[in-house]
Amino acid sequence: MKSLKAYAILYLVFLYAPIFLLPLFAFNSSTIIAFPLENFTTEWFTQLLTLTEMHGALLNSLKIAVTSAVLATVLGVFAAMAATRYSFPGQKGIMGFIMLPLVLPEIIVAVSLLIVILRMGFDTGAWSVIAGHTLICTPFAIAILQSAFASLDPSLEEAAYDLGETPASAFRLVTLPLVMPGIISALLISFTISMDEFIIAFFLTGSDPTLPVYLFSMLRFPKLLPAVMALGTILVVLSVLLITIAEFFRRRGAKRAGLKDTGGFL
Amino acid sequence: MTIKKRPAGPALISLSNVQKHYGDYHALRGITLEIGQGEFFSLLGPSGCGKTTLLRTIAGFEDYDSGTVMISERDMRGVPANKRPTNMVFQSYAIFPHLTVLENVAFGLRKSPMSKAEKRAAAEAALEMVGLKGYGHRAAHALSGGQRQRVALARALVLKPKVLLLDEPLSALDRKMREQMQVELIKLQREVGITFILVTHDQEEALVMSDRIAVMFEGEIAQCDDPEVLYRRPKSKRVADFIGVMNFLPATCREEGGKRLVSVAGLGEAEVAADQSPEGFPQGAGSVGFRPETLTLLYEGQVASHREAPAVIEEVVYYGDMTYYDVRFEGVDKTVRISMRNIFGRDVLDVGATVRVSWSPGALVVFKEGS
Repeated sequence: MKSLKAYAILYLVFLYAPIFLLPLFAFNSSTIIAFPLENFTTEWFTQLLTLTEMHGALLNSLKIAVTSAVLATVLGVFAAMAATRYSFPGQKGIMGFIMLPLVLPEIIVAVSLLIVILRMGFDTGAWSVIAGHTLICTPFAIAILQSAFASLDPSLEEAAYDLGETPASAFRLVTLPLVMPGIISALLISFTISMDEFIIAFFLTGSDPTLPVYLFSMLRFPKLLPAVMALGTILVVLSVLLITIAEFFRRRGAKRAGLKDTGGFL
Repeated sequence: MTIKKRPAGPALISLSNVQKHYGDYHALRGITLEIGQGEFFSLLGPSGCGKTTLLRTIAGFEDYDSGTVMISERDMRGVPANKRPTNMVFQSYAIFPHLTVLENVAFGLRKSPMSKAEKRAAAEAALEMVGLKGYGHRAAHALSGGQRQRVALARALVLKPKVLLLDEPLSALDRKMREQMQVELIKLQREVGITFILVTHDQEEALVMSDRIAVMFEGEIAQCDDPEVLYRRPKSKRVADFIGVMNFLPATCREEGGKRLVSVAGLGEAEVAADQSPEGFPQGAGSVGFRPETLTLLYEGQVASHREAPAVIEEVVYYGDMTYYDVRFEGVDKTVRISMRNIFGRDVLDVGATVRVSWSPGALVVFKEGS
């Protein structure tokens, strides 16, 4: 038991220690990323404000993340409904196929998408990153929404129908509010994945880099390294915040519907 | 034999030769049925007999292959569930968990031309009717099982449907609550005068609540009668076995000079009336059935009111108010169950005792099939 505990602690340290180095150096006044630490400073954060190129990348990333999240969630709603409400021949196979990008190496997805896009004679750009990100976000959205739809009593929609509503208004008045926490959770998780994603964005971004791609390019300039640390710190904090909010909504939804929590991503 | 029966109103629902297949599975095999205005009607049968399919067909949730479903003399073919004069109480109650109790009850009034205040008053009146006065503001997901059931009832009844359909509404409740709700449902039905159609697999529940019961097996109605007829004069051994406990003994049947005579193994010969063989009087081998309470164990000095036969007690099951004895009559290779009300000061008899059993020829039901 004791060695297991020690192992668990070691594992967590190994996993998270590098991340804790980020804020450490982000607030360190030396331009060299090394111990010992010098003085506390917020200079690198203020420096971020002056990097206009970075602002363009941030804006680009936000556009891509919002669009990908919305697309992935809408597709996820349809797929989750098809998976939980209906049964049709080949259902399992089709669902497996849709979930495949979850385990596919991103580099493969990125390279094959790039080849397809170029061969078809299109230019890469924000739209191609959106396509790639929608592809990898959809399985996550489906996984979250599937549990939201599966825990929904199918009699609820029938009851609304029985009480005089049309199928469309029954969906709007009963199903939608009950799966809304799942939808919000899917949106936030997809948004976070797209914001943080590097490989696909790197291959498909064209001339306007996304934030992670821009960050990568900044690493070539040692002088800018502390600013990268500052930016990384902000991104980590925002990601954790968003995922926490997503999980909060998912749990509250499950509780409100009086259901047992069947587990999510956190 | 007298049967108390509420006068049946004119037929409100009439089904004729309704057929339904799920792929190769024949779910409804030609259901023909009339249900009267204001009747408390039950569809009773084991799981998979088609009772729920039939209820959902009446509600408009299921299509049927052929036949007609009429409600108030209107053909329901092609009329969707949201346009039918029926409302349903679902097995899971299907209470909308994101709404309050009052919002749940008023849900069906959304499209009604009533004013907001009128809708609220109607919903509150419905809540009061089911005994939930003052619960309107509560969150629906925080209710107990019995309360959910009442909300589901109020939500359906507030629309004043012609027919209320109940799909195993009491199966999720514990025994005490269930018995209480049975009585309340009967009272409620008498009060509102709406036709209730109840689906249940619980024969006791059906007997307690219904004006009439249709017993279904494999997509067919085996017998449709009021509870007493169903209990006393089941039309087949299968129905007899499904409703309560029925003892069966082999018998030889013959008609002689207009008399119907049965010679029952271990009991002797007796004459039976015409209505005691509802599926027709057999000639030769058949069987007789009789309920446990139609037999009486005779104590020392007691005299049989009708006929008596000797038997040996093989098993005693003590229930407090009742004792069940499994006895074996002379020359019979199976036991017969007798139920006796326990009377203070009278001992429960022991296994192995030889006793006299009083039985009445009038309580027998003759079946064609051997036992």
